[in-house]
Amino acid sequence: MYRSHVLVCGGTGCTSSNSLKIIDKLEEELAAQGLSEEVKVVRTGCFGLCALGPIMVVYPEGAFYSRVTVEDIPEIVSEHLLKGRIVTRLLYDETVGKDEIKSLNETDFYKKQVRVALRNCGVIDPESIDEYIAQDGYQALAKCLTEYTPEQVIQVITDSGLRGRGGGGFPTGRKWALCAPNKAPQKYVVCNADEGDPGAFMDRSVLEGDPHCIVEAMAIAGYAIGATKGFVYVRAEYPIAVQRLQIAIDEARAYGLLGKDIFGSGFDFDMEIRLGAGAFVCGEETALMTSIEGNRGEPRPRPPYPAVKGLFGMPTVENNVETFANVPQIILRGAEWFASMGTEKSKGTKVFALGGKIKHTGLVEIPMGTTLREIVEEIGGGIPNGKKFKAAQTGGPSGGCIPASLIDTAIDYDNLIALGCMMGSGGMIVMDEDTCMVDIAKFFLEFTVDESCGKCTPCRVGTKRLLEKLDKITKGNGTLQDIDDLEELCHYIKENSLCGLGQTAPNPVLSTLHFFRDEYVAHVTEKRCPAGVCKSLLSYAVVAEKCKGCTACARVCPVGAISGTVKNPHVIDTSKCIKCGACMEKCRFGAIVKR
Amino acid sequence: MKTLAELQAIRDRAREKMTVRGDHENAVRVVVGMATCGIAAGARPVLNAFVDEVAKRHLDNVTVGQTGCIGMCQFEPIVEITMPGKEKVTYGKVTPEKVARIVADHVVNGNPVVEYTIGELMK
Repeated sequence: MYRSHVLVCGGTGCTSSNSLKIIDKLEEELAAQGLSEEVKVVRTGCFGLCALGPIMVVYPEGAFYSRVTVEDIPEIVSEHLLKGRIVTRLLYDETVGKDEIKSLNETDFYKKQVRVALRNCGVIDPESIDEYIAQDGYQALAKCLTEYTPEQVIQVITDSGLRGRGGGGFPTGRKWALCAPNKAPQKYVVCNADEGDPGAFMDRSVLEGDPHCIVEAMAIAGYAIGATKGFVYVRAEYPIAVQRLQIAIDEARAYGLLGKDIFGSGFDFDMEIRLGAGAFVCGEETALMTSIEGNRGEPRPRPPYPAVKGLFGMPTVENNVETFANVPQIILRGAEWFASMGTEKSKGTKVFALGGKIKHTGLVEIPMGTTLREIVEEIGGGIPNGKKFKAAQTGGPSGGCIPASLIDTAIDYDNLIALGCMMGSGGMIVMDEDTCMVDIAKFFLEFTVDESCGKCTPCRVGTKRLLEKLDKITKGNGTLQDIDDLEELCHYIKENSLCGLGQTAPNPVLSTLHFFRDEYVAHVTEKRCPAGVCKSLLSYAVVAEKCKGCTACARVCPVGAISGTVKNPHVIDTSKCIKCGACMEKCRFGAIVKR
Repeated sequence: MKTLAELQAIRDRAREKMTVRGDHENAVRVVVGMATCGIAAGARPVLNAFVDEVAKRHLDNVTVGQTGCIGMCQFEPIVEITMPGKEKVTYGKVTPEKVARIVADHVVNGNPVVEYTIGELMK
């Protein structure tokens, strides 16, 4: 029996800021103080508050330490774990109350969150099946196999209103119902963990923090549709997720929760991991299946839909990681419970990966229908450095942006589509006034041009042409005709591409054109970048009245473009200037301006 | 895994090991003084005795923690027990041998062991 548990985040974010070394040091210190038998160290999944990592929580006090370093460990062990004195300087400031530590759930970041898919992340040791079982793990599978018929399982999922969390938003219950009646010698369940949107990491965090819930949910799906074999397709760039999922599968097999005759019901199910090589298109369901089959990851035309002819030509159900993560909870707590959260057509919760110009970078799970304002200003802690919120980009390279004027939009599938945006897998990139919207559109187009598989012409050639036009505009060589051509080409690509990648690739352009057309026009007619980002349209200059002639700028300039004598105003030679901005950063008098 | 009962058994066993992490309503808090004076007077074995006793009796609403010096170093090891809705009771000069009785009488049955309290020692 341990009197204290120390939970250290072992998610990718905290691991990259040394949480594994922290764990080693912690164990070393505990041993040195003779506390190894009294204090248990648990490596968990992601807590969500990645901006404050590495994170450590000490129970029974529930002390939440943030930005812990290896050097802090001896103090934590000798003060807190040995003498019981909490190291207040390391506590997350929002948890410090007057006389006691406030619970994490009372902080702005966690207060409005409802954790369903992430319920076990940061709570259990993902490498221990017993801890998952302690949190009612595998009870849902047991309930399905012993109490429900496959039809009843599908009915519960249908009634809950769960929709696909990978982006499309297709009703999960209907997907299963379409596959279930199809007769075939072998059927498959596939989990899509090929999370490719820049800035999205919710699937990774679920696999790292709670891998067993995916194993359980896939077995439930297998029972519902009559499949006995599952595949998880996960990107090789997620080594921690892959490793923990493999441990989870092995543990489940050892307990007989995968394999033959599970719970004496006669139902057999087993699963394997397939690694993806990191091609964005493999997140598209037909391309993913082609890749599992061992072929080059290219999409194929639908119909036939995977429910009829999917993996290896057999009926297949494919769902995203987050979709599966909701399934065991829906079975245990009932369809009505799940349907009571969210909006009319979007039930339950959604996980968002908050990134960009926001204070609390991290992972949040909120009920559908939460407004963008609540996400950005309350949960996200607002924009740093006193800057103004300009827009939020959702749906990654397939999505669009929500401008500041629509910050009170309730986030759900249908509202986002009405704005020309999409839920996508849930990456949310927050942008402030220093972001150029043409440049953002260009960034996403560069990504899709790279990731287009090349099978169909509209996507392969069309996206390339779009990028060229955007490049021309950001270089100050565009015309108003280019803007019109851009728009027309976008619609052509959307209508004629083979798969979701091409059909959605123009969205970032269309969305920024819709909400920020004035910025495009400014680039073209005034040859000016309103946000001051596009280098070709910028020039740096010295304001003579403010310049004290300290020579700091001239010394830092890498190309010698600044000249002047001591105590006299300096001058920038724009023909030599490479617009690196080093002089502006160095100037202590605010005498250098960008225009 | 062939039966639901097997799963329940694993769940109950695993839950017990994780109780320290829960937010408990009606939690009983046992706090041992672990400043330098407490440790010198033998607080560590007392702390461990409480942890063992709580585990042995499967008391999942009891947390055992530490605190610093409360200023009565001559009575260390000092242990404070807070039961929900009741005044805090402070014991002085606790030894591992006294722990079993404190847990049985006070924590389980709600009757503080008056003769071990600091109030008695000061008389």
